[in-house]
Amino acid sequence: MAEQNNQILLETKDLQKHFPIKDFFGRKKQAVKAVDGITFQIRKGETFGLVGESGCGKSTLGRTLIRMYEPTGGQIIFDGEDITKLEGAKLQPYHKRMQIIFQDPYSALDPHHNVEEIIREPMSLYTNASKSDIDEQIVELLKKVGMKADDMYKYAYEFSGGQRQRIGIARALAVKPEFLLCDEPISALDVSIQAQVVNMLEDLQEELGLTYLFVAHDLSMVRHISTRIGVMYLGKVVEIAESDELYDRPFHPYTEALLSAIPVADPKLARSSKRKIIKGDLPSPMDVPGGCRFHTRCPYAKPECSQMEPPLVERTPGHFVACHIR
Amino acid sequence: MDENKMTQAGERLLTVDNLKTTFMIHKTKVEAVRGASIHVDDGDILAVVGESGSGKSVLMKSIMGLLPENAQTTADSLVYMGRNLLELSADQRRKMRGKEFAMIFQDPMTALNPLKKIGAHLTEVLMRYRKLNKKQAREEAIEALRKVGIPSPEKRLDQYPHEFSGGMRQRVLIAMALCCKPKLLIADEPTTALDVTIQAQILELLKQLRDEEKMSVVLITHDLGVVASLSNRISVMYGGLIMEEGLTDEIFYAPKHPYTRALLHAIPQPTTGVKERLEAIPGMAPSLTNPPAGCPFAERCKYACEKCEAAIPAYRQYTKTQRAMCVFTEEELNAMDKEGKADGRTE
Repeated sequence: MAEQNNQILLETKDLQKHFPIKDFFGRKKQAVKAVDGITFQIRKGETFGLVGESGCGKSTLGRTLIRMYEPTGGQIIFDGEDITKLEGAKLQPYHKRMQIIFQDPYSALDPHHNVEEIIREPMSLYTNASKSDIDEQIVELLKKVGMKADDMYKYAYEFSGGQRQRIGIARALAVKPEFLLCDEPISALDVSIQAQVVNMLEDLQEELGLTYLFVAHDLSMVRHISTRIGVMYLGKVVEIAESDELYDRPFHPYTEALLSAIPVADPKLARSSKRKIIKGDLPSPMDVPGGCRFHTRCPYAKPECSQMEPPLVERTPGHFVACHIR
Repeated sequence: MDENKMTQAGERLLTVDNLKTTFMIHKTKVEAVRGASIHVDDGDILAVVGESGSGKSVLMKSIMGLLPENAQTTADSLVYMGRNLLELSADQRRKMRGKEFAMIFQDPMTALNPLKKIGAHLTEVLMRYRKLNKKQAREEAIEALRKVGIPSPEKRLDQYPHEFSGGMRQRVLIAMALCCKPKLLIADEPTTALDVTIQAQILELLKQLRDEEKMSVVLITHDLGVVASLSNRISVMYGGLIMEEGLTDEIFYAPKHPYTRALLHAIPQPTTGVKERLEAIPGMAPSLTNPPAGCPFAERCKYACEKCEAAIPAYRQYTKTQRAMCVFTEEELNAMDKEGKADGRTE
């Protein structure tokens, strides 16, 4: 495992990202509160896993962090520098330091460019390396992600999903980032290929000292890869803990339900364990329930849960939870 | 094992023997299924597990008779409750679909007509297949929605698909499939598009329906974890062939085929906190336009030898219920693991 220290690479303070919904005349009617006041930190060299149901805002949070989306409130601090309001040339160096790999390797690569052009583009944009330097580095990068130098002149359609994901990773690494947002990078891949990509991400982290934000809904894979995990529900982080701590001692009823819904690849255990299946669907993020956002589905909800929103507090060292009853 | 009893008690519902399906695409022959055999007994939940391109969906569609015209299916036998499906006309088979066996699909977002109310989807099926009148059909539809756990079905009946969430739409599709009380429900990756919490709800529902409606289920999936708690038997498919079949416990605790063994090692064990490195399976699935002459997994298999590449291996029967398509016995595989000399190929 990569060397661990407690130095903070990236942190947010009350970060918000609201998407306005406009009516027919272009007047703002409502807002989808995809990220609604999130404060958390990512340490240098760690893999921070972010889990939650679809629509909880986990991808939006990731993309707002790397300034792919414009935050509507709060602060983003990267390596001690407030980057919330930076623009243009001032922001560019941070785009180089923070890169992203996407969920769908089929649509993430330009079909009109071959692999060499795909990887060259960010390098010629963000670095002033000479052409021959870049040529060398492309071969080096392809080797790093387990591909051959001959693959350079092929187009995306000639590759399988797993190989495309490798190309996506090579492109992200081309500008030597420190921070990599992995936005569901293995969800679209077959089980036998998922392990290949996860192992490669772990190797690269060790070799290059990368910090990952790993967004996913496959909870068993998240536990495998993450140092710490944050659980999101309707635009809020409801629990943060070291990954084993979270899986062994979840505090929040939502985390508990989410974990108990993981299909267990062990028939005897699966038959004997009693699942806590939560009822109902995620409420609409346009119409967020008042008080604790989970109270409409929570089996333990008390009257005060619908009155006041619980703050995220440290319950045991390093284990944060936002809940009135636990 | 209590699972044993369950399989023996049921009557044979469906027998598929050596089924082959090929497609002609731009004058190229694509061999999607290359001789698969499965059977389903009354009360079974059979899981067909495989990666994308392994032929699992095509196998099921071949059985249902749902393939396009460029597909050709042959089989030594394809018998459903004593009737040979291959001898039936297209019209006769169409009449069986829905009534005798029904299928639900992966993507609940596209399977419903966005212009039609939920109620219309259900009553159409009921009026056409069960010849109910409008009022009866509506009552029956409300009952069907209630059965699959949709709250206030009277109201929901008059809503449109866009007013339903993914999990709720999947429930509607299951309700539609149940309308004609089929004996066999084929579920093609019913939870792949859904969140884990909703996935757990749907899987629970399928199990409950199996018990209440006395129906057998074939569950197609790529995720071994999903089927562990649900199925009583598993068929593992790869490269158009069934590599191994057995009771769920046999597959999980005593897998015989190198592919099954590799698959089980490639998923993280959620129950232990131990962060072992995952054992990835190198390479990728074989091409179906020009499939290898031998075992389709040989190219990626750490035990493979020349014999594997020469011809498709025969099945080796391990127990009454478990068999695997591999030239090596379990002992030989274990011995190779022990010696650390996994590669059986001679240089």
